[in-house]
Order: sequence, then structure tokens, then C-alpha cells
Amino acid sequence: MRNIFLFIWKNYFFFLFLLLEIISFILIVQHNDYQKSSFINTTNDFFASVNQKINNIYDYFNLKEINRQLAEENAKLRSREIKSFNATDKNVFTVNDTTYKQDYTYIDAKVVNSSINRRKNYLTLNKGYLSGIKKDMGVISPDGVVGIVSDVSPNYATVMSVLHLDTKISAKLKKSGQIGSLVWPGINYRKGKLKDMPTHVVLHKGDTIVTSGFSAIFPEGINIGYVIGYNLKDGEMFYDVDLALAVDYNNLSYVYVVNNIFKTEQKLLENKTKND
Amino acid sequence: MIKTVFDNLIRFLVLTLFQVFILNNVQLNGYINPYIYILFILLLPFETPKWLLLVLAFLQGLTIDMFVQTPGMHAAACVFMAFMRPFIISTISSKKEYEPGIQPSIQDLGSVWFISYATILTLSHHLVLFFAEVFHFSEFFITIQRVIYSTIITLILIIISQYVFYKPPRSIISGKI
Repeated sequence: MRNIFLFIWKNYFFFLFLLLEIISFILIVQHNDYQKSSFINTTNDFFASVNQKINNIYDYFNLKEINRQLAEENAKLRSREIKSFNATDKNVFTVNDTTYKQDYTYIDAKVVNSSINRRKNYLTLNKGYLSGIKKDMGVISPDGVVGIVSDVSPNYATVMSVLHLDTKISAKLKKSGQIGSLVWPGINYRKGKLKDMPTHVVLHKGDTIVTSGFSAIFPEGINIGYVIGYNLKDGEMFYDVDLALAVDYNNLSYVYVVNNIFKTEQKLLENKTKND
Repeated sequence: MIKTVFDNLIRFLVLTLFQVFILNNVQLNGYINPYIYILFILLLPFETPKWLLLVLAFLQGLTIDMFVQTPGMHAAACVFMAFMRPFIISTISSKKEYEPGIQPSIQDLGSVWFISYATILTLSHHLVLFFAEVFHFSEFFITIQRVIYSTIITLILIIISQYVFYKPPRSIISGKI
């Protein structure tokens, strides 16, 4: 026993190194397992508030771009207003309180911290579960899909960005409705890839890819990106499609968190069918 | 002695703030991010006890981790880098002896010595950092590519900082420990 202690004492440098590395890797693994909510709740509010201060400064440099986005979105919303529609058939519009039911509500939030240069990128939003944000909600910006909420604390939420190793978002071709899935191959933050697009589909450069709405996380028809190239390897059943992503993740400020009111109902039903 | 501690404390604070406030918001080409804060570990005096080296590196890494929200990643990379440091110092020789009062810097030990010292340690830090982040080897070459580009940018910044904060060479005899 004494010899063991002596041995450790002699090589204390190596063992201290080992100890510190083990602590670090335990932290990394916990983070990877998405068990980091405890970490976020205890320490994150301080660091997130510092990041928010930094972000307040950087906001001034982005004002022009944000104004453009907001103006664009205002125009879009105004064109959807009931006043800008011409009632073609009075019979339909007179009793329209039961013809629509609301599926999605939106919570606006501000990005206070984000990264694009890692293989697993996250964003931090300035609202948490006190504002009604929950895990697994979708996040979109005026330009398109941003990511999925991965953790919430009282006042902050972290979002797994589309620029993530594990991203898989159900997507479809806007014009024909063919389904594929979006992945991010890394390196370039403006480019994504579309997998599982069958070979009989006719593709063109510039085709728009939008969300399919199957996952109940994002509403249908939110922009994802545009086809910039595709190729077919011999013997493959699916295209390899390159996309230009619609959102500039380096320049995000205001986003919307999507709350699907009927998501739990849909998931429960789907799980029940799977279990049978 | 107290001056050395004070100098390093200031360096720790300045480098951390510079990294968090400015460099973390700099993204060259979308995926190259310089990490100049490791200069703190590079410039610790030769007389630093080995255990203190590891502990300081761990604390420095953890501080950055808190701001970037990647618990453990920078800490692991920094500890590995600090572990390598004594071996690198004893391996690469310099024309001048490591006398008390000499600091691991360009003006004390020359540019060839410093650049090879900084290159090896920066590379070891970035290797651990980027592989700890991806956490598997399936995209080996993409990760290596990111390591190399980021290392080059970090090194350029480190060398520039050495010349910007140039102190006139001191005589070694009056050097304080």
C-alpha cells in the first residue's frame, strides 16, 4: 500500500494530468448526453447574462440587416391580412369562426449567443420556460428554419442549430412535395445536404426546399434552402443534393419559437400505433 | 515573485476578456476561430511548479468553457497542452540556457525557439479541442483540416502579440525570479 502511494507521489504530474483530463471528459460526456440542464440552471444565468451584454454591443452593427428583415416580414404579414384578400365567395367568409383552427403559436425571442464554427453549434435565446418555451420546440427566423430547442432554464433556452452533427430535419421539394431529409456535412455554414431524395424526381438548380411538417416541430412550408447542385452515384437509389441554406446563421438576431398546440396529441397517437 | 504572479494574473484576465469579447465573435471563412487565450499557458514562467501548471491550465480552460458553453472541452485541451509543455521545453534546445529570470518569449529565447515551441503546443491544444468537440473519428480529415487552419491563424496572432507587447531585452544578470 505504501509503495502505491510512493509510486503515485513520484509520478504525481502524470496522475494529476490524468485526474484533470477525466474530470474534463466527464463534463464533455454529460454535455453530449443532453444532461446539461443542471449545469445550465446553476451556472448559466451568470454567463448568459455576460454574453447578453456582449451581444447588446454587437447588435448595433447589425441594425441595418435586422431592419431589412423586419420590414420584409411586415410586408409579408400585411399581405396575409384579411383586408388584402378579396372575398370571392361571401358564403365561406361569413361563417369563418369554425373553418380554421389554430395549430401553431409563436413566441418571439432574441439570440444572445451563437456559434457557427463548430461541428455541433448551439444558439442561446433570451427566453426560457417562464415564457412558455419547452424542450423540442422548433425555432425559425424570418428567412427560414433555425433549429430545435435542446434545453431550457427559467430565463434562457439553448437551441441545437441546423449546423449540427445530429441534425435531421424532414424536408420536401416545394413544387412536387417529394420528401427528403436535411443534414449538415460540416465546414461551410451556408451549405447543407439533402438525403433520401429518390432518383425518379426531376430536380432543377434553384428549386426551393421547405419543411414537410411531418415531425410536428416545424409548420409546413418554412424555407430551408435552394438546390445548387445534385449528382447521382452509380447504383444509388437516392440523389446527393447540395443546398444553399436560406438562413445566414452568422447573422441571426430575432427568431420565433414554434409551439405546436397539438404536438403531444399527435406524438401520443403515433407512439400508440408503433407499440401495437 | 509577487510581480510575476501579478503579471500572470493580468495576462489571464486580459486574454480571457479578449477571447470572449472579440475573438469568439470572429469567424474566418465560417469555421476558423483563433484561440489566443492559450498564450497564457505558453508564457507561464519556467519556474512554475508542474502541478500548478496543470491546475492553472484547467482553470483557464474551464473559464473559457463557461462562456462558450462547452463544459470540459477547452479544459481537456488546455490540460493536455500543459502536460506536454515540460517535455517540449526539455526537447527543443536553445542556444541560451534556461537561466532563472528568462521567460518563454521571443525576445528572451529567439524566434526559432519560440515559434517551434508555440507551434507544437498550439497544435496539441487544437487537436484535442477539435476532436473532443466532434467526439468520434468518422470525419477525420475534415477535423484535421479545421485543426490545421485554426492553428495557423492562432499562431500568427500569438507571434504578432509577441512583437506588439515587445519589451526591450533585459540583462539576464539583473533578472528577477
